[in-house]
Amino acid sequence: MSELGPIFRALMRNKVGALLLALQIAVTMTIMVNAIHMIENRSSLMARPSGLDEANQFYLSSTGYAQDFNEQLVVEEDLRLIRQLPGIVDATQINAIPLSGGGWSMGLSVEPGAESRGSGIAVYFVDNNGMNTLDVELIAGRNFSASEISYRGRNATEWPQNIIITEAAAKELFPDISVNEVVGKTVYINNDEPMTIIGIIDQLQAPWVGWSAVERVMLVPQRTLFGSSRYFIRTEPGQRDAMIKATEQLLLDRDVGRLIRNVRTMEETRDDSYRGHQALQTILWVIVTVLTIITALGIVGMVTFSVNRRRKQIGTRRALGATRWQIIRHFLVENALVTSCGLILGVGSSIALNIWLVDVFSLPRVGWHYLPIAMAVLLLVGQLAVLGPARRAAAISPALATRSA
Amino acid sequence: MIAYYFKLSLLSLRRNLLLTGLMIAAIGLGIGAAMTTITVNYLMSANPIPHKSEQLFYVQLDSWDPNQPYTEPNEPPDQVTWTEATNLTAAKQAKRQSAMATSNLVIEPERAEQKPFIASVRLAYSDFFPMFDVPFLYGSGWHDSADQDLRRVVVLSKKMNDELFGGEDSVGRNLVMAGTTFQVVGVLDSWELKPKFFDVTTGAFNEMEDVYIPFLLKQAMELPSSGNNNCWKPFEEGGFSAYLGSECINYQMWVELDSDAEKADYLSFLHSYVEEQKRLGRFPREQNNRLSDVMEWMENQEVVADDARMMMYMALMFLVVCLLNTVALLLAKFIGRTPEIALRRAVGASKRTLFLQHIIESAMLGVAGGILGLAIAWLGLQGVSGLYGEDTRGLAELDLTMAALAVVLAIVSTVLAGIYPTWRTCSVAPAGQLKTQ
Repeated sequence: MSELGPIFRALMRNKVGALLLALQIAVTMTIMVNAIHMIENRSSLMARPSGLDEANQFYLSSTGYAQDFNEQLVVEEDLRLIRQLPGIVDATQINAIPLSGGGWSMGLSVEPGAESRGSGIAVYFVDNNGMNTLDVELIAGRNFSASEISYRGRNATEWPQNIIITEAAAKELFPDISVNEVVGKTVYINNDEPMTIIGIIDQLQAPWVGWSAVERVMLVPQRTLFGSSRYFIRTEPGQRDAMIKATEQLLLDRDVGRLIRNVRTMEETRDDSYRGHQALQTILWVIVTVLTIITALGIVGMVTFSVNRRRKQIGTRRALGATRWQIIRHFLVENALVTSCGLILGVGSSIALNIWLVDVFSLPRVGWHYLPIAMAVLLLVGQLAVLGPARRAAAISPALATRSA
Repeated sequence: MIAYYFKLSLLSLRRNLLLTGLMIAAIGLGIGAAMTTITVNYLMSANPIPHKSEQLFYVQLDSWDPNQPYTEPNEPPDQVTWTEATNLTAAKQAKRQSAMATSNLVIEPERAEQKPFIASVRLAYSDFFPMFDVPFLYGSGWHDSADQDLRRVVVLSKKMNDELFGGEDSVGRNLVMAGTTFQVVGVLDSWELKPKFFDVTTGAFNEMEDVYIPFLLKQAMELPSSGNNNCWKPFEEGGFSAYLGSECINYQMWVELDSDAEKADYLSFLHSYVEEQKRLGRFPREQNNRLSDVMEWMENQEVVADDARMMMYMALMFLVVCLLNTVALLLAKFIGRTPEIALRRAVGASKRTLFLQHIIESAMLGVAGGILGLAIAWLGLQGVSGLYGEDTRGLAELDLTMAALAVVLAIVSTVLAGIYPTWRTCSVAPAGQLKTQ
């Protein structure tokens, strides 16, 4: 590495050029690290399991408008007929759809009284087929029995005796005891109305994917009579699309003075809810990719110039016995020097930008492992970009040295 | 002379097409990315009602839980209860005032071939229409007596009128909604607000409602609630009227006030109103009344999405990289031309003319980059609306201001990028360069 000295001195003849490249590399690294950090952050949000069998589930709304519309009878008969369809695993009435963005939440507390601060929890009104339809696993206690299912009017304020909650909710309410011990415990809703936890399910997400308590859910054994009902339906694997048609036809054929609308699959619902995350990821990927290409092409351009300007010196070096590889190496080392300076600067600015993003957008801290990865990638990109023009430099004939001008 | 410099610049740019292309591409991509994200932010933060945004105020009162604020740190709720909605509107202490709610109703069209369907409905008082300068195609809003008399009157959007009545003047016609016959009193002209400032509780860029009916019909017809409904206090059994009388917030309240004096008067009215309610055992928290004008309210509700802002900062940094790239390339290029410049200096060209010539060359790159940037911004916005779908309706359109800004930004930034390289080349002493020739 005895040539480091001459390379460095050659570099110093165009300080500003080198500085500009180093700055460019630093900013590129800053964007790269933070963009990939954001992408990873969004991916991990999207990767959280909902607890559902999303590929085989869909739902629809049934809204009565006729004067003689009897919701209770219609819902019971609808569900009975839907469950009989071959290809349907199970169906339930539900008030809100997981991940959909719209739903109902309440506060639960372990002590009665208005002063005790409750934990927010999402509410799903389901019947005894709810757990099977949602495809959630019972890990302690028992499911609702058919006789426990009651009806809830639009302005009802009272709550039924028994509920089932998720493991996450159990841990939030009773952090100090095991899940099995939570079964049978009493919690309070509306300040002082007691309810008994009869079962714990493994996992089910609330309707709001951006909610910090998205894993806290309770199932309430009631059918709602709100004028508009949602049916949640689970099919045999691969049967979903056929079953959507069959169910719609079945319901339309029953002329009871209602509208069927919002027929949607769980997969569509997930895509809708995470569309913003998905879009941001795509946009950031495009930015990072294009950025890397621009930086690489910029390096190609600058090295080309510098080769053209130094044709005579290169010819002279070749005439004095430098090998082609030594010429190539000159440019590789030169680039590595500049890039390294840029990357060291980039580490600082990446962390600075992240601190600012954490501050303003409450983004999580960037993982330190992104830094060496980004440095390695940019160093490699720089070396590859130099290779083309450097090889052209190596091809300069030694005879050039003998020509004047 | 300028024309000659243009010719020289063109020649110089054509001498190394690949490199010129690279610089134009870099500027174009940088400007394109920046403009795409700036446009989205610009449209999100637009003033939806510029001529009177400072006279319209959103009303907030702190009717919330004594034990905890609605949102930290001690923010009043973002909506009001039914009690405040009706009381404050009935008090008529402002020039104009209207509480609002939303609902979903089944419409049964006259024409037999049309199936019943559900429409999103906005409930408001008669002041809603003049207050927000709502444009009418036929008829007008209802008279304020219709509010108190619970008249079944309806105003339809242009789209809804097209659907139900084939676009003709339907004023005076009947429409069956929620099993009740309504009379059409007005049809709106096209009306799109971005953001839909008067109600951002379920999203600032949602579609406008298609049906408008008097607010108090909610009580009379027991209409279902839509939008965000938040309660802190459990309420008694007692059906719909118990729900309406509860501390649940589901309503938006706007007033129109023409001057600071009127605003101060209204605030003191709110203060005495809350005092009166406190004597009735309500409003357990400290007085915390607020009037926010349109843009203050948009700011408070963080209408510009964090993601959009984050993307804009990323894109601006991207533009910085592209510009650094351009400066570096221009520098390399101009330095390579030093002997030629030295020669021209030696034969009498002044520094000023050489400077001008090189700046023109940079500006030409800027113009080309700007045009390319516009095309990329257009593509980028197509991409954004493709990725976000419905959410970005009307937020991903390149408008004239933004297009002009793109080109100006491109030229200014390339000229700036060109200044250092130009200065550097022009300041060589000709003698030293000529010797080596």
